[in-house]
Amino acid sequence: MRMWAVTVCTLVLAAGTLHAQETDLELGKGFFLARCAVCHGPDGNSVQGVDLGRGKFRRALSDDDMVQIIKTGIPNTAMPPIDISTRKAKYIVAYLRSMASSPATSGQGNTVRGKALFEGKGGCLSCHRVKDKGSRVGPDLTDVGAIRRSFELERSLLEPNAEVLLENRFVHVVTGDGVAITGRLLNHDAFTVQLIDSKERLLSFQKSSLKEFAFLDESQMPSYRGKLSPEELADLISYLVSLKGIETQ
Amino acid sequence: MNTRGLGLVLLASFLWPLISWGQVSFDRILRADQEPQNWLTYSGTTLSHRHSLLNQITAANVKNLELQWIYQARSLEKFEATALVVDGVMYTVQAPNDVIALDAATGRVFWIFSHAPEPWTKPCCGHVNRGLAILGDTLFMATIDAHLIAIDAKNGRPLWDTTVADAKSGYALTLAPLVVKDKVIVGTAGGDYGIRGFIAAYDVHTGKESWRFYAIPEPGDPGGSTWGGDSWQEGGGPVWITGSYDPALNLSYWGTGNPSPDYDGDSRPGDNLYTDSVVALDPDTGKLKWYYQFTPHDEFDWDSTQVPVLADLEWPEKDGHQKQRKVILWANRNGLFYVLDRTTGQFLLGKPFVKVNWTNGIDEQGRPMRVPGKTPSSEGTVIYPGNRGGTSWYSPSYSPRTGLFYVSTWDSYSSVFFKFPVKPGEDPRGGHRSLIPDDRLLPQHFRKDEEGYGAVRAIDPKTGETKWEFKMADVTDAGILTTASDLLFSGGRDGYFFALDARNGALLWKVAVGGVLASGPMTYAVRGKQYVAVAAGNCLFTFALR
Repeated sequence: MRMWAVTVCTLVLAAGTLHAQETDLELGKGFFLARCAVCHGPDGNSVQGVDLGRGKFRRALSDDDMVQIIKTGIPNTAMPPIDISTRKAKYIVAYLRSMASSPATSGQGNTVRGKALFEGKGGCLSCHRVKDKGSRVGPDLTDVGAIRRSFELERSLLEPNAEVLLENRFVHVVTGDGVAITGRLLNHDAFTVQLIDSKERLLSFQKSSLKEFAFLDESQMPSYRGKLSPEELADLISYLVSLKGIETQ
Repeated sequence: MNTRGLGLVLLASFLWPLISWGQVSFDRILRADQEPQNWLTYSGTTLSHRHSLLNQITAANVKNLELQWIYQARSLEKFEATALVVDGVMYTVQAPNDVIALDAATGRVFWIFSHAPEPWTKPCCGHVNRGLAILGDTLFMATIDAHLIAIDAKNGRPLWDTTVADAKSGYALTLAPLVVKDKVIVGTAGGDYGIRGFIAAYDVHTGKESWRFYAIPEPGDPGGSTWGGDSWQEGGGPVWITGSYDPALNLSYWGTGNPSPDYDGDSRPGDNLYTDSVVALDPDTGKLKWYYQFTPHDEFDWDSTQVPVLADLEWPEKDGHQKQRKVILWANRNGLFYVLDRTTGQFLLGKPFVKVNWTNGIDEQGRPMRVPGKTPSSEGTVIYPGNRGGTSWYSPSYSPRTGLFYVSTWDSYSSVFFKFPVKPGEDPRGGHRSLIPDDRLLPQHFRKDEEGYGAVRAIDPKTGETKWEFKMADVTDAGILTTASDLLFSGGRDGYFFALDARNGALLWKVAVGGVLASGPMTYAVRGKQYVAVAAGNCLFTFALR
């Protein structure tokens, strides 16, 4: 993913006629998560009888049909019209088509056991946070189940370096007086850098005042391959998928 | 704080970021004046003086202020928020409801939390927000679609989200919340849409409602007889400006807004309690300790949504002796400046601070002596001050050093108030008002002084007399900040941000920021350097000495 900006490969999509660059798929994913996932879920399977991620629809549809349904909705159903341009709807369709070719995830796990793993043996809270529990140094996972697909979660657990989102990058700095600090990057520009460090401090530095400033290419996330049994992995993923964010009360 | 104490404060801020963070305990909030490098509440402290003990910027060097950074909001709404600063991190709100954490020294963004309000919100006066509250590591934001959201101050993630009221019914939240102990307190806007306004407290950890105080009592409750028929059900009484808190008395004070319908009061005969009032509430229970109504049976839309300023003054007793009094200082939208005893609500002083023609003053019981005929009418009635009041929500300041109360005023302007019954589907305010001249927000200005002007006024709270004024050509929506070096910062629709000598009103420094100042200035320090920040137009500007 880190090289997507220069990737020019074109995908022939499994079930459609749209051709999409991977950057288009990223856009489509963003629109899907923002406009569709609230009902369909990030895997596209939260509505009974519909599994967008597996190409399972209630109606046989061409790409153009899908664009039309996104824009106009389906009368007398829960599918509302979405106020979105045709161009953006096409991005969504391209992303839906690409989802069908994603690898299968582990079997259905036990969410309760997964939570115990997350908070216990897995040691996940030492870096991650869910609601008001855990560390803020790594990505907050309170709503990870609403924005990440199960196969993506599995991949992150087994191959953390396979995909590191831009917003989850870490940097290492050494201050002018020799203090070394590693933290998750929050922002940077030509002159300054902002990060959250291991003590959960929001820090900001002038780059000119630093002796060192470097991105860490490796993920700070350890691989759990071989550390968890397949059942434990499924339990953990099941728990992560269940994390949908806070609910309005 | 003496100079040595200030030096320690500045040394502590100089060591940041190498020192560890401390959470913002309620004890820190109560002693916020003792850590002037931070700005921990909407008005600086729970007493709401909007006065800082920082004194690095002085009358002698203020001419050397220069721009440090600008944050340009991704929003075309008015920027009315006052920022908080905690240990070098600034938190503010980009309208309508994006919370932003910034490096207070550079203006660079740490994180942004965005709340997308429901599309059916219908606030009267813009999708605005006036700021945040903080306790521990948690920020609290009241939203335009009437939610209260707790946000993790370190990573910008929501912790809980509580629906305070139904936005479809006209409710909105625009104020910065107030934290008292383990509760976060908010009030509801929407007085022009027939809401039944209330103040409510929520558990800071869970977001569960702890208590609710309705600004409009039910029939049978105390004050319920001041409403005719069923008019109480849609009686207004919004609360859209942050209250204050006195820990010694354990009372919180809130200003309430106009009754509804705004201009035709015929359907709501009576005084219409507790609209246009200050209410003193027990923050633990929400029980009413006392109230004082500034404008009984208001038909001019003169919300009493001003910041309650809590001061301790020497006050003359009937026997002629001076006695220390805990008072509230209050320049009201109705054009009168008030002093009340904040222990009992006793009226102590009431005096016009702008041109008024609706009252001949206040009687000994604290009730305005109305001028006959000065009410809205079908043919229109000219009233001073106009609909926007002698002042409004603009944060005032009180300096214990000068003993003066400072307020942004609109003087010598009027409105023609018309009255007609509310009809279904028509203006719910029951009439309308026309400002003379019209109330425009153009970059050009055409008024003569006798048609209305804005001014910063310094009022002696012991007499109600204006000690000095600083006039502007246009009116002003800006708040006021004073500092321990006797500086006063404010601005107006003219688009200037300026510094005055708080002792005499002399202009010491100004900068053209271009946009309307519709926020309260604040000050803080990072690594020993004092900053002054204010929002104008769609930007947050920050200045410090060169």
